[in-house]
Amino acid sequence: MKRTLLALFLGAALFCGLLTGCGSGGNPSAPNEQEAASPALADELYVGIAQDLDSLDPHKMVAAGTKEIMFNVFEGLVKPAPSGDLLPALAENWTISEDRLAYTFHLRPGVKFHNGAIVTAPDVVYSLERVSGASGAADIVAVDALSNIAAMETPDEMTVILRLAEPSNEFLSYLTAAVIPADYDEQDIAPVGTGPFRFVSRTAQESVVLERFDDYWGGAAALKTVTCRVIENADSIMMSLQSGAVDLFAHLTITQAQQLTGDFAIEQGAMNLVQALYLNNAVEPFNDVRVRQALCYAVDKESIIDLAFDGFGFPIGSSMYPAFTKYFDNELTDYYPHDTSKAKELLAAAGYPDGFSMTITVPSNYQPHLDTAQVLVEQLKEIGVRAEILPVEWETWLNETYIGRNFESTVIGVDASTMTARALLERFTSTAGNNFINYNNEAYDNLFKQAQSCTNDDEQTEVYRAMERNLTENAANVYIQDMADLLAVRHGLTGVRFYPIYVLDLYGIHWES
Amino acid sequence: MSALTRASPFGMNREMMKRNYYLCAGLALTGVLAAVTLVGFFWTPYDSAAMSADKFLPPCAAHIFGTDNFGRDIFSRVMEGAGTSFMIALSTIVIGASGGIVLGAVTGYFGGLADEILIRVGDALTAFPSILLALVVISLLGPGKPVNLVISLGLVFIPGFARVTRAAYAEAREINYVKSVRLMGASHARIMLVHILPNTAPVLLSALTIGFNNAVLAEASMSYLGIGVTPPDASLGYMLSEAQSVFGRAPWYALSTGGVMILFLFGVGLIGEGLRVREGEIL
Repeated sequence: MKRTLLALFLGAALFCGLLTGCGSGGNPSAPNEQEAASPALADELYVGIAQDLDSLDPHKMVAAGTKEIMFNVFEGLVKPAPSGDLLPALAENWTISEDRLAYTFHLRPGVKFHNGAIVTAPDVVYSLERVSGASGAADIVAVDALSNIAAMETPDEMTVILRLAEPSNEFLSYLTAAVIPADYDEQDIAPVGTGPFRFVSRTAQESVVLERFDDYWGGAAALKTVTCRVIENADSIMMSLQSGAVDLFAHLTITQAQQLTGDFAIEQGAMNLVQALYLNNAVEPFNDVRVRQALCYAVDKESIIDLAFDGFGFPIGSSMYPAFTKYFDNELTDYYPHDTSKAKELLAAAGYPDGFSMTITVPSNYQPHLDTAQVLVEQLKEIGVRAEILPVEWETWLNETYIGRNFESTVIGVDASTMTARALLERFTSTAGNNFINYNNEAYDNLFKQAQSCTNDDEQTEVYRAMERNLTENAANVYIQDMADLLAVRHGLTGVRFYPIYVLDLYGIHWES
Repeated sequence: MSALTRASPFGMNREMMKRNYYLCAGLALTGVLAAVTLVGFFWTPYDSAAMSADKFLPPCAAHIFGTDNFGRDIFSRVMEGAGTSFMIALSTIVIGASGGIVLGAVTGYFGGLADEILIRVGDALTAFPSILLALVVISLLGPGKPVNLVISLGLVFIPGFARVTRAAYAEAREINYVKSVRLMGASHARIMLVHILPNTAPVLLSALTIGFNNAVLAEASMSYLGIGVTPPDASLGYMLSEAQSVFGRAPWYALSTGGVMILFLFGVGLIGEGLRVREGEIL
């Protein structure tokens, strides 16, 4: 529960970057180094980031914006790929026992830490113990799922066996946790990892400098130095980009993106959120599936994306976003085509021929959600549903709406805390603590149980897809979109890859000669 | 102090009016704007909430103020928004002025311990920035409802009116005409209402016009901060906050909305000035 809340919060924090004027003070007059943009220095990159890093220690960082950058410095046994799969990283390969209780990892030989030491099994054990909170080090943001590890064995220097207390399908995805050198206690000030970039320096509220790690096991990166400039003020972001002080900036608003002309290409990624009009399935009239379906027919996703987001956004039809290519089912997107007469029929059948009144609770600090709600009000008007927007503060939303479940409907984006379908789908099982829409469907619960007992990945994927279909058919929510994440990239810079999680991968980025 | 004995401070002859350019200009400007706003309650060129694909149209014949980020007609929204802002400001002033005048009159007329306590409480309240105070009240009442906004702003405006009224009553209490009517056996209520109130009118009228302008601005600030009017309803303040985020693409949105608000405030300000000048002439 705690972690999901955190995930929600971080997901929400993403939007902060979207909101103009939410940065305050602390604007070091950045745009005065014109040479920054010069293509002559073909291996330097200046990246703008909207907030300073909260911690340099990979096991202590909380903010999504910190992990976004430090993704390039640290790696785990496995690492996420843009497709949503897990790739071998420090572990070259692994085997899972029949009973799915023992994971044997064979470490990649010769992988070096940034301090020159070779990565060995004790480092892995030390790191996993530390990040699971078992070692008792202060301020660790413990990954609860790793407490499932009952024992760790190191038969030799290059092999680690993890013995689990209970079988788990998603266990592997938690092993993206950073591996750091055993008993090195200066991660806070001079972090050491195994990633393609090593940490050089940090000036609080001003910049973070990373440098290429030439001994990276996957081959050295193209860029030699990457300087991340902290630019908190929304107006300064534009100035820095236009003056050439910064070459790349993520999470721009559409309005900002459209003001950038000439020197920049705007790359469109995704926020990796399920934005929907979430309906409280336990209250009238939303406890009637026909009413929920009517709302689905009444809402025109494309029109919302056009009106409120200038056409940037990916329509979705269930609790899954397109970046999860494996699980995403595009057929569900148009399961309910925009059809007001059908919506009216369904409403009439449900006993509301003249529509009804409802409230849409929206956290007022998120303009994109407010904008979406405004378009929704207009669209629902067409089928006689009188929706009223109820703006509330974020804390109120969390306590009353999300935890208290005291609402009729709400517009919000829900993200996944790990790269698993479970992270998005488990919340709609009837007993889930974070099932804030009170979805209660026996078939769905059974499917979830089935997914957990699957041993085969393909089979499990099919079950997860069936769960998505269940949500769509029962119109659990009015699904809208995965919002666009806009990235300004100076012309000549290529190789930006988007991930299903919140990271900025610098490894493949390079200047075209 | 002879002016204070005038029976009807509201009386004004044609000659006076002609010479008072401030008042004429103010009444004309406010009159035009009020007329357009009034029409907005019954009719607007377009449905002020209707969205269309024609987003960010610059001012043209079909949309004289252009369209906003949802393709809504800005002129229609300004008509509706001005009405909302006007009604909220008016209600605020009604609450603030009636509460303030009653409190101020009673404390100023009678004086004593109640006077001391109330005026100290008032001092304490004015020590807070008024927006902060309104924020506290609205967070207690719950945001998103115009009624709550009016109540919170109204409460914030009470101390100001109370102070002005109290000063006028405390002064009048010692003047001979009040002493005379009291000797004639008039009741306290009658003295306060019939004898003193008309004589405080010049001061109060100025306070009302200034207060009205402040109320318009206060509503705008609250809506701008997102705790006033609920979208998709329009108010000048809320529209300004929307306009700010798209200023680069649609400067006409902020300019037209802000312009109308400025004209509105200017008109009412001129009326206030006119009333003050008229008072100066008589004195």
